[in-house]
Amino acid sequence: MKKYTKTHEWVSVEGDIATVGISDHAQDHLGDVVYIDLPEAGKSLKKGDVLCTIESVKAASDVYAPVSGNIVEVNAGLDSSPETINSDAEGAGWIAKIKLSSIAELDSLMDLEAYKKHCEEEG
Amino acid sequence: MSDLKRTPLYKEHLRLNGKIVDFAGWEMPLQFDSIIEEHNLVRTKAGLFDVSHMGEIEIVGSEAISYSDYLVSNSVDTMKNGEIVYSPMCNEKGGVVDDVLVYRISNNKTLFVVNASNKDKDYDWIHKNSTGFDVQVKDVSDNYAQIAFQGPLAEEILSEISQVRLDQIPFYHFAEGRVNGIKALVSRTGYTGEDGFELYTEPDAAIPLWRKLLEIGGPKGVKPIGLAARDTLRFEACYMLYGNELNDHNTPLEAGLKWTVKFDKNFIGKDVLARQSEEGTEYRLKGIEIAGKAIARHGYEIVDGDNVIGWVSSGLFSPTLGKSLAMAYLKKDYWKLGTQVGVSVRGKVVPANVVKTPFYRGSVKSKG
Repeated sequence: MKKYTKTHEWVSVEGDIATVGISDHAQDHLGDVVYIDLPEAGKSLKKGDVLCTIESVKAASDVYAPVSGNIVEVNAGLDSSPETINSDAEGAGWIAKIKLSSIAELDSLMDLEAYKKHCEEEG
Repeated sequence: MSDLKRTPLYKEHLRLNGKIVDFAGWEMPLQFDSIIEEHNLVRTKAGLFDVSHMGEIEIVGSEAISYSDYLVSNSVDTMKNGEIVYSPMCNEKGGVVDDVLVYRISNNKTLFVVNASNKDKDYDWIHKNSTGFDVQVKDVSDNYAQIAFQGPLAEEILSEISQVRLDQIPFYHFAEGRVNGIKALVSRTGYTGEDGFELYTEPDAAIPLWRKLLEIGGPKGVKPIGLAARDTLRFEACYMLYGNELNDHNTPLEAGLKWTVKFDKNFIGKDVLARQSEEGTEYRLKGIEIAGKAIARHGYEIVDGDNVIGWVSSGLFSPTLGKSLAMAYLKKDYWKLGTQVGVSVRGKVVPANVVKTPFYRGSVKSKG
């Protein structure tokens, strides 16, 4: 099941591995992505830490870790094809896989419906 | 939000699904489509920009030419009527109040086209310094809409609806006449590095003209272009953006605009600039290419080891050249092409080296 953060990341969990990325709404807001300063596998993060920075033509934007844990894999393909974030933010444009240190953290995240509402409220 | 101003084309931007942002107090379209696609369209075909937010200040009177000449470092006095000059307008310390285009309309009238963000400051400055000159200074910004039509196909397409002979307008010249059946001032100027025109009309004439250009240009690929691509286009051509490359503190000599400073005439700030010209400047604006794809944004520090040796004025990933480039103020000793420097990007030092500017030269004509 997919969950979302207020800062526009998504998480999809299988077992204790969370795949994370930015929402389609977020990529639309950023515009053309030209570079992703990818994190390194092996790094451990707390929920809310900067996971990576995405550079679009307009600006540099931080992406925050939606959950705490260890990065077990990064999507290296984004290095050569950063535009994948624009074309498929919530699929092929995933950024990293994080081994969860606390499954309970997921409870505080939003489901799609709540997230859509959040986006509308933000305007 | 209620204080934001709207250009005569605002409704047209909504109709065309422009993404509207606050720019210098104006509700302007940032983009209509992908910024990179808009950028490439102007490089290869032609694009339409609403630049009605730009300010226009008129100087009229028997001393309009000599006063205009006194305000700017470049020469208005040696121009003919119908010519335009790009120039910094300096303060007493040699810093830049604004960079402007001066249109020499007649022997007793000039038109200053100024940045939207500086318009009120410019008007106050121009008004304040006019004491003792036989001139009247008028803010006529509300009398004009301004459309920029830029790209290698601009002349061919615009000529279909222009009664003004475009081939008779050299670079940095203008003519007045009818376009799309309405009165317009047409100048061969721009901010993209491509050939093209800027059209000044009465506000009410803007929408019909805009639509006509989209209608006849559409089959050739013409589309509306937002402010974001305007920035990436001007950046590749290394045109100055006030607030980034230029400010009240750095001088035109530091910004590499020596060609716009004429020491054989009098103007505000001349003493400081003359001294600086003799002694040399401590900093100069240079182009750098960043290794890899990280982007050196405005304000980032340039370093050599532990020493800060400059700062980035503008930087982005160049859509045309496919490289991460920046303009940066660098300390003396770091100006030679090929010099290695570092850019501090979010705590990491990324290597870069000094490269030739402009980064890109498009179809823009040269003055001659």
